[in-house]
Amino acid sequence: MKDDKKIIKKGVSRRGFLKGAGLTTAGTIVLQTGVLAKTKENSVQSKTVGPGPVNVEMNVNGKTRSLTIEPRSTLAQALRDEIQLTGTKMVCDRGACSACTVWVDDIPVNACMTFAMDVGDRKVVTIEGLAENGKLHPIQEAFIDHDATQCGYCTPGMIMSTAHLLKENPNPTLEDVKHATRGNYCRCGTYPHVFKATLAAAKKIK
Amino acid sequence: MNNFSWYDATTLKEAQNEADTTVSDMLNKDKKGSSIIKSGGIDVMDLMKEGLITPEKIVNIRNIPGLDKIEFDTKKGVRIGANVTLSDIEKNSVIRDNYQALQLSVSKAATPQLRNMSTIAGNLGQRTRCWYFRSVEHDCLRKGGSTCFAKNGENDYHAVMNNGSCASVHASSIATALLAFGAVLEIALENGEKKEVPIENFFVTPYENIKNENVLKSGEIITAIVLPAVNNKTKSYYIKQGARQSYDWALADVAVVVELSGKKCKNARIALGAASPVPIRANSAESILTNEGISESSAKAAAEAAMEKATPLEKNAYKVAIFKSILQRAILKTV
Repeated sequence: MKDDKKIIKKGVSRRGFLKGAGLTTAGTIVLQTGVLAKTKENSVQSKTVGPGPVNVEMNVNGKTRSLTIEPRSTLAQALRDEIQLTGTKMVCDRGACSACTVWVDDIPVNACMTFAMDVGDRKVVTIEGLAENGKLHPIQEAFIDHDATQCGYCTPGMIMSTAHLLKENPNPTLEDVKHATRGNYCRCGTYPHVFKATLAAAKKIK
Repeated sequence: MNNFSWYDATTLKEAQNEADTTVSDMLNKDKKGSSIIKSGGIDVMDLMKEGLITPEKIVNIRNIPGLDKIEFDTKKGVRIGANVTLSDIEKNSVIRDNYQALQLSVSKAATPQLRNMSTIAGNLGQRTRCWYFRSVEHDCLRKGGSTCFAKNGENDYHAVMNNGSCASVHASSIATALLAFGAVLEIALENGEKKEVPIENFFVTPYENIKNENVLKSGEIITAIVLPAVNNKTKSYYIKQGARQSYDWALADVAVVVELSGKKCKNARIALGAASPVPIRANSAESILTNEGISESSAKAAAEAAMEKATPLEKNAYKVAIFKSILQRAILKTV
């Protein structure tokens, strides 16, 4: 995983550059072991961790990743800053827009309002984890076919919400789609296309 | 957010030992303490992001076993564990079939994502959304200051009743339905005992204590919410009116629980949310319906009576009309 990070960091990106003053580059930090990730091994002496950096393991998109977080890190920060999964967007940072929607144990949550410490051994799926073997998820295809994005900032969240709806309910009505996306804000106003795309994807999956 | 340490509690006792204050006391400068409990963590995180609280330690009670069950008993009613998420309540068929007003209130609360994370106890314990309270720039009455900024400020969304002290409204719209059902909260005390608090006594008005919205003290943890048994003559309904159809806080919300004999109402419990600093019963409306037939005219009379004592502020008189309208509709929906 450390190697992954190096490979990603080889390219000069604005994000990598901005991260310079951040957590992972500090040279003298003392790392603690995350209680949630290590409960099975039972190797933790004190149950209090932090406030400094904490090493945890997290299952993201089917792979176990090692992350260095702080107790105050949100899941959105951990995904974006620690393992460069920047498909999860941070917009309002208050759970009001749902652009940061990811699945934790197959349930959509706001990554911006989830403490990364709370994930434990549950499985996280982000927008990057929806495609299988290079093939887009039907809802992703449908968003393209129905022109359901404009600026694109709400799109990952919209897709995580609607893809979850189709998993739970393969025959959604328009009302069901609206209910599932009640938290997802699109300031460009793509809602009608999002609804059409979702209903079309449902038909296609059948 | 400030930095803090994290403790993952596995028992109530552990959590009670590790935490030394409550969120409300942390907002109160006269009180000491630096560690608080969190479960779903939504409101705690929100208050931290705004810089309103800066705990040194978070004691996580989310993983304490046994607090996440919904149990149903035909005689005792339904017992909802404190850590049950709003989504679990929304999708529970027993609640949908027997406690319709509760199911409706939960399904209209927040967003699907937040309902997947928020717990029922945290929803009741959350602090008001009054924008002056939520702003670090405003040292309002509830935070130990000497002014209610809403009184002569932007008070569009504030209380239309009992607003002489603090004019905020409680944030939980689920509490409105729980109040109409006469729910009881089970609270674990520090000495290992348990107390039962009817929801009416759980919320504290600003006249009683300006700095708290509920009776919880440090070391006390809600463990369950119990709704009394209903029978096939019990009917209920809930309506929330927000500014938008999608995600929004209630401008006004009402819950009605009636026991019917045909179309005649034997007993009525009516609760109003976003009307007053705490969810309140509309006693005069209840009296009008009791032993009366439910009809357009009795529903209208009850709705008028519910707002009789309204004292709207400069910018929120529109809420009085909304309350009358949705209460009348909710009453008629029970038959």
